[in-house]
Amino acid sequence: MRRQLPILVVFISGIFMAIQYFVPSEPAEFVQEYAMDWVIVIGVFAMGLGLWSLTKVNWIKVQRQTPGWGYNLVTILGMVFMLVVGLIWDPGLGFFPGEKSQVSGTWFMNFFWYIYLPIQTVMFSLLAFYIASAAYRAFRARTILASILLVTAIVIMLRLIPLGAVSGINQWLANWILIVPNMAAKRAIWMGVGLGMVAMALKIVLGIERSYMGRD
Amino acid sequence: MGFYEKLMSLDRRWVYLCVAIAVVLPFLLEEFGVPIFIPPYITPEVKSVYNFVEKLREDDVLFLAIDYDPMAKAELHPVARAVLKQCFKKNVKVIISALSQNGPGMAEQLISQTAKEYNKVDGVDYVYLGYKPFPALVIMGMSQNFKLFFPKDYYGTPLDSLPMMAKVRNIKDTKGVIDVAAGSVADMWINEGAGRYNYPLALAVTGVMAADYYPFLNSGQLFGLVSGMKGAAEYEYLMEKGGYMKKEEFDASRGMPIQMFAHIVVILFIIIGNVGYFMSRRKKS
Amino acid sequence: MKKRRSYPLILFLLLGFLLIWVIAFAQEESPLPPSQVKVKDTPNDNGHSLTITWKSSPDSAKILGYEILRSDSPDGEFKVVGQALATDTLYKDKGDKEKESPNYFPSHKNFYYKVRAKTDGLSSESEISLPAYAFQQWYHAGKTPVLVAVLIFSTLTLIFISKAKKGKELYVRPLAGIGAVDEAIGRATEMGRPILFILGLGTAADIATIAGFTILSRVAKRTAEYKTRIIVPCNDPIVMAVAQETVKAAYMDAGRPEAYEEKNIFFLTSMQFAYVAGVNGIMLRERTATNFYMGLFYAESLILAETGSIAGSIQISGTDQMSQLPFFVAATDYTLIGEELYAASAYLGREPLLLGALKAQDWAKGILLICLILGTIFTSLHLDFFANLFKFSLE
Repeated sequence: MRRQLPILVVFISGIFMAIQYFVPSEPAEFVQEYAMDWVIVIGVFAMGLGLWSLTKVNWIKVQRQTPGWGYNLVTILGMVFMLVVGLIWDPGLGFFPGEKSQVSGTWFMNFFWYIYLPIQTVMFSLLAFYIASAAYRAFRARTILASILLVTAIVIMLRLIPLGAVSGINQWLANWILIVPNMAAKRAIWMGVGLGMVAMALKIVLGIERSYMGRD
Repeated sequence: MGFYEKLMSLDRRWVYLCVAIAVVLPFLLEEFGVPIFIPPYITPEVKSVYNFVEKLREDDVLFLAIDYDPMAKAELHPVARAVLKQCFKKNVKVIISALSQNGPGMAEQLISQTAKEYNKVDGVDYVYLGYKPFPALVIMGMSQNFKLFFPKDYYGTPLDSLPMMAKVRNIKDTKGVIDVAAGSVADMWINEGAGRYNYPLALAVTGVMAADYYPFLNSGQLFGLVSGMKGAAEYEYLMEKGGYMKKEEFDASRGMPIQMFAHIVVILFIIIGNVGYFMSRRKKS
Repeated sequence: MKKRRSYPLILFLLLGFLLIWVIAFAQEESPLPPSQVKVKDTPNDNGHSLTITWKSSPDSAKILGYEILRSDSPDGEFKVVGQALATDTLYKDKGDKEKESPNYFPSHKNFYYKVRAKTDGLSSESEISLPAYAFQQWYHAGKTPVLVAVLIFSTLTLIFISKAKKGKELYVRPLAGIGAVDEAIGRATEMGRPILFILGLGTAADIATIAGFTILSRVAKRTAEYKTRIIVPCNDPIVMAVAQETVKAAYMDAGRPEAYEEKNIFFLTSMQFAYVAGVNGIMLRERTATNFYMGLFYAESLILAETGSIAGSIQISGTDQMSQLPFFVAATDYTLIGEELYAASAYLGREPLLLGALKAQDWAKGILLICLILGTIFTSLHLDFFANLFKFSLE
């Protein structure tokens, strides 16, 4: 029963939502809106699960003082601090009755703007360097296909470089590559992905694919 | 190890150093009074977004979705700013949402700064809805009725009390949507938004994502596509020609020289790597 | 003395009247009203909308626009419910289904409509239409092509699954990425270093993440057999919960439930680049021998792949995000492109049911290809009937 019940729930929900797509009436709309509300509720409760997991994993490492435990302590302290500041100390979100919504200038937003965002931007900027090293390492004309990849990449990159009289031809070629072969390839992959998604959804609804529940 | 073998297997730190120099160089040149401005090649897909906004009349309502995080700000903020400026100058009303988790505060700053420039009043000339989680559901909800997910705006004012919202119940009552996005929200606008409810949609996305959306542009599901910083530079150039912006206000266009130098470095390293590869292969044979 | 008659005054008054009459005659008359106003229920909806059509006013060149007026009785007060452009001949009067809403539009209630043509300051109204009421439909006829496609595909899937169940051998072309999985796990075992499995940034509802779970299940079973540690840092709490169950079941399948350690499958953070920073740290500290990237990835894909390359790991990736495929192709050793990710579970398990579903996909692609070719030929010959078979409406 422990295994049959989830499969039954998946089957009934899957069939119901598939039918709902073709039924425009009010009861079907009600079902859809109700299901959407439940998705949000489950998502919010799942966040609690995540917080528990994060705390547990890092706390164990702090307790045992495994190598690098200082970073685990910083993780826990950061999480607790932002929770306290965001919910209790100075949220500025109009959360409590009578509190006016005021977003900028709060501790929470200051930490967000001046600590979290710069760190995130730095991580994102690593991409610029990694693209260069990946391109240097991978774009070698070993085979005909690799050579085509290489030439195409260079033509697209040259769009931004003023090449005088050749610029116009390069722009035209780059646009043609984006609008014709790129689009053709993307459409082909999209069709395959679309069919794969439908097949996957069908397998899950029919209970053929059950590895997300753990194997038999 | 021979010279060509060394060329083929340079320490990646040399690559990082050269990229760093390429990125910093234009800033230094600008400091020393040698700014570089490259007029962009205007692509039809960017022009069609500009023309769409240009054809809007006074008191028409446009929906602007600002769906990116601050880390995509460099690429996408200029487009969002340019569209807002164009709308405010033409007295077109704008409804804005921000469906990216870290974006609402940044979007609010942009909106209030631009509104102040044009003396626009919240609730009368624009409405900022803010953020709600689960963007696919929010998009479907807004396409039916804004109040489903946003009974109040970002500042806590009930939507019913905003003069601008009296005639606009849902996105279908607007003239169209321009989504400035850096993630999967763009796909949701195509599938759950314009695809289901059939309203005009254009995207402004990061350069990396842009290639994915040409099929939608070609099939007519999008009426325009602004890709990355280059697309933003094209839009700014059109704004300057239309009298909406001056060169001093350009944002994305100032980043184009940096992109250019970085691309030159990448191309050079690709050439170096291939020269090393071919010459060492020749040596072996 | 005879009184002089006021001929100039009379003449002046006559001229005045003549002038007024000329001005009045020359003044614009009201435009001719639109005609043939018909009202019907809007098809394929939830029963809170009526569609009004009309024939344009003959004075359409003078018209600035139309106003749509509605009343619930022919003698009642008609109120303006919408505006239409001068070129429009159709208007959808749609309202909310909630009774409390100020814009509530009841179903099964007769409404009467008039269309008013407006010029600058003048207007004229059409005849009152016949009554009509809105009602809901139980089937969206506009989506019929979608239903037909789904039924055809489902039938194909069931046919091939039943063939596979009967023991028929089904050929599937080899995939380099799948073939390398065993080799990669073996490498990690020999080196005594752990395996890192990244499920991407999707939620448990994303198909790519579900495909990732199926591959995780097979990989976890192998790692249990080889006694190799597997680390699965997760970006989403629900994904973490499902991943824990998946790995636990895989270990039980392999007959090694005691080797399962829940602390190896944990939630890291839901912030994209914080997650990347955390995973990079794990890669460099643990010196993982093999990295699997299976799921939904965004801008962080190249950072993960390059860091894995720096750490000297063998890397197998798979995603349906086309913008990230080039990065994975360039930076990882093997890549599963798009639907190959979804097919991976069938390849790894070689179960008849899954292989059957895979064959159905191939047949569906074949049918799609034929339709594309036929569609191109017919449309080139201006025979639109074939393309029209595939038209669907979402409204």
